[in-house]
Amino acid sequence: MEILVCVKRVPMVGGKIVVTPDGQEVDTRLSGFTISPHEECAVEEAVQLVERRGGSVSVLTVGPPAAAEQLRGALALGAGRAILLQTDGSHWGPIATAEAIAEAVRARASNGHNPYDLILFGNEAADTGDYQVGVRVAHLLGLPCVTGIKNIEMGEDSARVRREYRGIQEGFEVTLPAVLTVKEGINLPRYPSFPGRVRAKKAVIEQSAPSWHGEGLRMRMLRVPQQERRRAEILGQGTGAVASLVRVLDELGVLP
Amino acid sequence: VTVLCLVEHESGEVVDASAAALTFARAMAQPLPPAVSWPPGGAAPAGAVTAILFGAADQLPVRTLAVYGVSDVYAVESDRLVSYAPLAWARVLAELIKASSADAVVAAGTDRGNEVLAHLGAITGEPMVAGCVSAVRATAEFAGEPGAPSSTSGTPGAPSGPDGAPSGLPGAAAGHQAWQIVRQRWAGSLLEDAELDASPALLTVAYDAVAAAVAPVAGAARVRIHTPAVSGDDLAVRVIESAKPSAGVSLATARVVVGGGRGVGGPEGFAALEELAGLLGGAVGVSRVVTSQGWRPHTQQVGQTGTRIAPELYLACGISGAIQHMAGCLGAKHIVVINTDADAPIIGHADYAVIGDLREVIPALVAAIRARAGSS
Repeated sequence: MEILVCVKRVPMVGGKIVVTPDGQEVDTRLSGFTISPHEECAVEEAVQLVERRGGSVSVLTVGPPAAAEQLRGALALGAGRAILLQTDGSHWGPIATAEAIAEAVRARASNGHNPYDLILFGNEAADTGDYQVGVRVAHLLGLPCVTGIKNIEMGEDSARVRREYRGIQEGFEVTLPAVLTVKEGINLPRYPSFPGRVRAKKAVIEQSAPSWHGEGLRMRMLRVPQQERRRAEILGQGTGAVASLVRVLDELGVLP
Repeated sequence: VTVLCLVEHESGEVVDASAAALTFARAMAQPLPPAVSWPPGGAAPAGAVTAILFGAADQLPVRTLAVYGVSDVYAVESDRLVSYAPLAWARVLAELIKASSADAVVAAGTDRGNEVLAHLGAITGEPMVAGCVSAVRATAEFAGEPGAPSSTSGTPGAPSGPDGAPSGLPGAAAGHQAWQIVRQRWAGSLLEDAELDASPALLTVAYDAVAAAVAPVAGAARVRIHTPAVSGDDLAVRVIESAKPSAGVSLATARVVVGGGRGVGGPEGFAALEELAGLLGGAVGVSRVVTSQGWRPHTQQVGQTGTRIAPELYLACGISGAIQHMAGCLGAKHIVVINTDADAPIIGHADYAVIGDLREVIPALVAAIRARAGSS
């Protein structure tokens, strides 16, 4: 089966997030880039599915030339083909992004390749949290779509997919081809192998440059929210602090 | 303005996230401050919110809706919509937008709220703005008024799009509302100030950042039953099985969460945390490094890509406090930390901290709590 996984290059943030002085982006001078944990799991899920059933995994991103790094990361894990829809520094909103992806999917079909059976996304991007590119791609291609998936059970022409809703596990049946957005926890992603990394380094990344357009939502400024909490009161060191800790838990009313 | 709000309900009650969404929707529907009068003949009274609920009208929490300022209710009844079907739900909302000339549709930023509004965004071709913290109407925004926001210069101080491209959308007709939005990025670790030009505005609410507030309206809400024509295509994706997982204290609703991170040291270290959580009637939560190492299952992960918790007490042990983790505990009322590193970022989010090795502190704490319980 043919699977496409769509990923997004985002800043790797650790204990602190810093915005550039012009308020237009996250300061990445001291950090690297990565993809969302949801997307790491989407790549892993796709690789596992083709390991079991045959076929191949393609990975696609809409991003700057440097996003080739994230594509190579997916190639090292077992994707066979990488597509970079190159941007020029504009902020791509979810509508334009979805249109560019849908166009790339159509182009593949018209070039005589086997069409995708499954198109996977992360449930939401780590940075913008828009929760919609996968759904919009499904509409543009006329495909069924389910979001937030934590389990995929593949059938012949359909898949049984499951997710959680308010403590209940709910299941859907989707006919293929379909779009699914997945969440972390669906699997435990592997680490890249050495041969995988070598292969990824040599791989040719297919590139095109779709055209940008603006959308009705326009970002003006990013800012770090004011912290409400003050710095913690230190109750003490090691086991010597246990008596104070018990007193605090008692005041909070959580002791049996 | 007319604001529709999709309300999720369970066991005859409005779910908390939807109560926050109703509060948010009410603020959107407020009349503007003086000097701008609402044109007469508007469909709904100023400040009014119309709630949309799927289910039989006689089983809906209508009284609760009135407490949250809802004047009108659409009860969407259909024997074909007994189980959740995201596209069919969105199609119903699209019909109700037309029927009520709605200016905005609001839903809680839950899995379902985000999913249904994403479909609605695709159906209408409008932007969908997820994770909103506030939405205020821009001032110069009436239909036909000079300087309406469809032109680039409409809103004072509005920047043009990136790279100097004109920020007006092609086809942004007069009559579109402009909204000043504040929304979450990085699951709330960052805020985005944005401008939205869309009709209708489609927003989901960051419910852990918006407090639900009551605003009772006089009398009961007016309930209208809407019986949609549901096409088979729109039902292709619907819930066909639903199972309750094994019992136990749920992480999302636990009153106490005992958190463990890298400092726990390995899978065997969690027995002590489980014991403490059991003693406090709580649940164990873990950081992402713990699940990606395979020490604990992902169902226990607290964070941006795990479970969001809102306990009375979060006791975070051996957790440094990465952005990804802290985004999952925005709702915790109190945070107490046990950590060897007095400079760990999590100390900056906590109320109290013990500087020490959790492998010594937790057994001593368990013993102290047991001794105390035994003597009382």
